[in-house]
Amino acid sequence: MDDGFGARVSWGDDGGVVHLTGTVNRLAKDGLESAYEEATSKPGRVLIDFGEVDYINSTGIAVIVGVLARARAEGREVGAFGLSDHYREVFQITRLADFMAIYEDEDAASAAR
Amino acid sequence: MVQLLRRRKTEEAPSEAPETSLSPGTRVIDAVPIPPGDPLETALLSTGAPLELASVEFESEALQTMRERGVELIVPLIGQGELLGALYLGPRLSDQPYSTDDRHLLGSLASQVAPAMKVAQLVREQQAEAKERERIQQELQVAALIQQTLLPKELPAIPGWHVDAFYRPARAVGGDFYDFINLEDGRLGVVIGDVTDKGVPAALVMATCRSMLRAAAQRHNSPSAVLADVNEALVPEIPPAMFVTCLYAIIDTNEGEIVLANAGHNLPYVRSSGGVVELRATGMPLGLMPGMPYDERTYRLERGDVMVLTSDGITEAHNVEGEMYGFGRLKGRVAIRPSNDDMVAALVGDLESFTGADAEQEDDITLVVVRRTASAKESAETFRSGDAEVLARFSVPSEEGNERIAITKVSEAVGHLGLEEARLERLKTAVGETVMNAIEHGNENRAEIPVEIEVRATAASVSVRVSDQGGDKVIPEAETPDIEAKLAGEQTPRGWGLFLIGQMVDEIKTESNDKIHTVELVMNREGVS
Repeated sequence: MDDGFGARVSWGDDGGVVHLTGTVNRLAKDGLESAYEEATSKPGRVLIDFGEVDYINSTGIAVIVGVLARARAEGREVGAFGLSDHYREVFQITRLADFMAIYEDEDAASAAR
Repeated sequence: MVQLLRRRKTEEAPSEAPETSLSPGTRVIDAVPIPPGDPLETALLSTGAPLELASVEFESEALQTMRERGVELIVPLIGQGELLGALYLGPRLSDQPYSTDDRHLLGSLASQVAPAMKVAQLVREQQAEAKERERIQQELQVAALIQQTLLPKELPAIPGWHVDAFYRPARAVGGDFYDFINLEDGRLGVVIGDVTDKGVPAALVMATCRSMLRAAAQRHNSPSAVLADVNEALVPEIPPAMFVTCLYAIIDTNEGEIVLANAGHNLPYVRSSGGVVELRATGMPLGLMPGMPYDERTYRLERGDVMVLTSDGITEAHNVEGEMYGFGRLKGRVAIRPSNDDMVAALVGDLESFTGADAEQEDDITLVVVRRTASAKESAETFRSGDAEVLARFSVPSEEGNERIAITKVSEAVGHLGLEEARLERLKTAVGETVMNAIEHGNENRAEIPVEIEVRATAASVSVRVSDQGGDKVIPEAETPDIEAKLAGEQTPRGWGLFLIGQMVDEIKTESNDKIHTVELVMNREGVS
């Protein structure tokens, strides 16, 4: 049932892009944090790609909040793209969207620079 | 010339003589076990000192063998009053007798060796015990896995009927099972059984018996023929001294008629407007003897009637005074119509108040309750009249991640209702979070305790009821998480679950008794998105 979690970093024009796959729950913590560290090894904002994520639960939201808290402390801008309509709504309800810009896709995120 | 004999437990394999390099002229004396109760044991324990065989005035088989092997001196190794072993010495190389000094030296050596041997013995015993405990634990886990894998994952959802089941394994996992078999023409086969014995053997017999019952149920229309068939098949397969009690009932869900046969299982009770009756049908347990006949009993359930099938884990449960729960009390409890018509909760609650909530469960407890809620005509009209219809009932083991199973099943159950996509997604998230809470907080991640889920629909709404066994726990109010505080590190990043649930559905209802906690999520089928 659980599709596992994966995080991979690629590099865009203005910073690291963390591509997530599978399930974002409590177990995604270490993977997301180390991907964040890798993505912040160079200057620029960090974008999180949720395009291949099929499930996010409250413990996953807590993991994302943890990363946002760290980014905030480090003065690092974080954005997200690839969210389904439902999770976009969840990010708005939880106000995560107030602290990370939400884009439709990677192109829209790049265009927003 | 010295052979150290470690006293070993009878089940241990004899140790071979140690391979040592010996000086010329020396030889190893083969160890001679001293049987418990041998006069030599008594003599060694009473003196606690080296004993010269020449001076021994009694005779015993062990002594005789020692003399034949050339033993002259035995130095007992005694720890805590127990003969742990002995040093056997043959003649000195000088052919001189052992001197007083020799004996003192050997006695002193023995007094130092004995405690070390005792410690080694205790360590070995503890290791063996730990290994045995681990083996038993693994076996119980395998048995529980077999059993739980084969029990129905869902309850039958039949218009006009309410079918409920409860299964709680004892720590040592007995062989209880139940099953529902869908048959042609709106008939439902209901099985409840109990394999004698516990653990893996019982679980394997249960698995075999279940398969045989399922196959026979498709071949025969009569419950007695099904049980007779299974009995014939089981007799040559079942281990000696094991057998299976089993009741098989076929319910015609259109007419309400029940036909049942019983292979030595607890009698079922039916509560109707005329009181409680036992449905008696005789027959020998399965697997004992070939060629057994099985009686059949027919009964018609009217609207409101309820049939209760039980395992002996209920009737044979004891309270602290050693009294048995018994058939009388069970029958008396079945006679009372419970609140919400929840017979399972009523019986389990009564059993727990009888045994005491903290009492260790002696045997598996299994309950199957079949209640006729409406005639076929009435049930066809139910949906239109606005009463809730059960779309699915199932349970998931309380293990992290199983909320995904619940989400999928709820999604499937409501699939045909045409719920708007956004509302369906919200319901799925709410179900996932509620089931996660039930798994983690209500049932404390104990896989053997299921989270029960029921999906109902009316013309106006869909509701999902999620029940756990945390009825005695205090449920915190959902608060709006303060994301600023969380981002500033002043609050834990967690704490989103209850908040999310509240945001996702139109209404949340909760109910608790001292055992069960239920959260009902209500989503209007049409409304403001």
